Amino acid sequence: MKKILILGGGTGGTIMANRLRKALERDEWEITVVDQFKTHYYQPGFLFIPFGIYNKYDVIKPKADFFPAGVKVLYEKTDKIEPDQNRVLLDGGQVLPYDYLIIATGTQTQPGETPGLKGPLWYKEIFDFYTIEGAVALSRFLKTWEGGHLVMNIAEMPYKCPVAPLEFVFLADAFFHETGIRNKVKISYVTPLPGAFTKPQATKMLSGLLEEKNIKVVPEFYLESVDNEKKVIKSYDGQEIPFDLLTIVPVNMGNKAIERSGMGDDLNFVPTDKHTLRSEKYENIFVLGDASNIPTSKAGSVVHFASEVLFDNLMATIEDRPMLAKFDGHANCYIETGFGKGSIIDFNYDTEPLPGTFPLPGIGPFGLLQNTKLNHYGKVLFRWIYWHILLKGKEMPIESEMSMAGKKL
Amino acid sequence: MATKSYAGVNVEVNDEGYLTDPSQWTPVIAKELAKEENIELTDKHFEVLNFIREEHAKGNVLTIRKVGKSGVVDIKGFYDLFPGGPLKKASKIGGIPKPSSCV
Repeated sequence: MKKILILGGGTGGTIMANRLRKALERDEWEITVVDQFKTHYYQPGFLFIPFGIYNKYDVIKPKADFFPAGVKVLYEKTDKIEPDQNRVLLDGGQVLPYDYLIIATGTQTQPGETPGLKGPLWYKEIFDFYTIEGAVALSRFLKTWEGGHLVMNIAEMPYKCPVAPLEFVFLADAFFHETGIRNKVKISYVTPLPGAFTKPQATKMLSGLLEEKNIKVVPEFYLESVDNEKKVIKSYDGQEIPFDLLTIVPVNMGNKAIERSGMGDDLNFVPTDKHTLRSEKYENIFVLGDASNIPTSKAGSVVHFASEVLFDNLMATIEDRPMLAKFDGHANCYIETGFGKGSIIDFNYDTEPLPGTFPLPGIGPFGLLQNTKLNHYGKVLFRWIYWHILLKGKEMPIESEMSMAGKKL
Repeated sequence: MATKSYAGVNVEVNDEGYLTDPSQWTPVIAKELAKEENIELTDKHFEVLNFIREEHAKGNVLTIRKVGKSGVVDIKGFYDLFPGGPLKKASKIGGIPKPSSCV
């Protein structure tokens, strides 16, 4: 019996388990998924929790609901990978040999990496919204907050879902309007990037929206520490910004098991060929999604597109054919902009987000780099698509490779 | 794309003044480039420049954090050496392309 081992049962690991189980003979291939946690989170939904739009139960389901029959699932923590021995050691002492390994262990927030961040104000006046705990604590806080300086800060690049903190300030602006305290709230968007976003056309569009909503952008701010007593964030070059409410994207790092295995870069992301999605070092290891170091967004859409390429290349390797599928870095992100509207961007390694229509050229229904009500409905509908189509590895009406059709240069 | 003369040597630079060919770089050119940023280069600066040039040559992507973990300089020291945008300035003076952050 040959063995495929999948580390991580999140978006990527679940999609791969579904696709591979369908493609490979059950009496020849054993497929095993290892994940420490039993709950699957619909992470795009976390953003809505602070504002009471979603609650906790809108974003959680048991992981077990999404794995196909015939896949072995072990809810255990991975100790480390021993790539030279082709095996994985679990915390409980179990040893899992593999023929092929798929690493899909994602990225996690590490607030402990920034001095003072997890101090006395953590979950009192400092919150993240990348964990269910942070999002729920923030929603409780916002129910009674009377206003002040809201600082949205990004601690380090790269981080998961690059548009989420922008969406957060847009939604916060709308929320404070609705609760009648917008005139008592100052909102600042503090980022290590030179502007609101990294790509020129999207930055232009998003900067316009930020200005319209009276949200101040503080660029080139690289967070060193948080002073809980003075309630300021400090940068390495000595800037200080006072806050009454700090919402933070903590430093993102790959799984600790990657570090224990000595397989990661300085942020524990696994060096991966950005086109084939195979480990740069090991021929029988593939890396999917946030766990890799490929230079594109860490986001579910990327995982979904990349999973098709990874599947093709893994099947090619198994059948001793050359790997022909090439990942282009395709990402597709809805951007909630508040007041029932949204925008959408579609891009890859080489093409920045451009205006146009999506997915059908000239028709849409979604408007790229435009701020429309339909785009917002797209995001709302997406949760259903995620649970029912995407995770099951079923066909979606969007190609994995980015299309230039419908885009305006 | 333009040609610029530093210390009597002609080098190719892009619109933002970054050298387009890292192999044209010399320590003498670095000193001239540094002057444009109002930085007087010391041995410590050169240690950092050599580190980032080596990393670039190996095809590795540089980040401020990575330089801070290099053992050559910590992040605070990196900011002290190249005030403002340390990685951008060091890349420019070190003759390697402008660092790109991905979305």
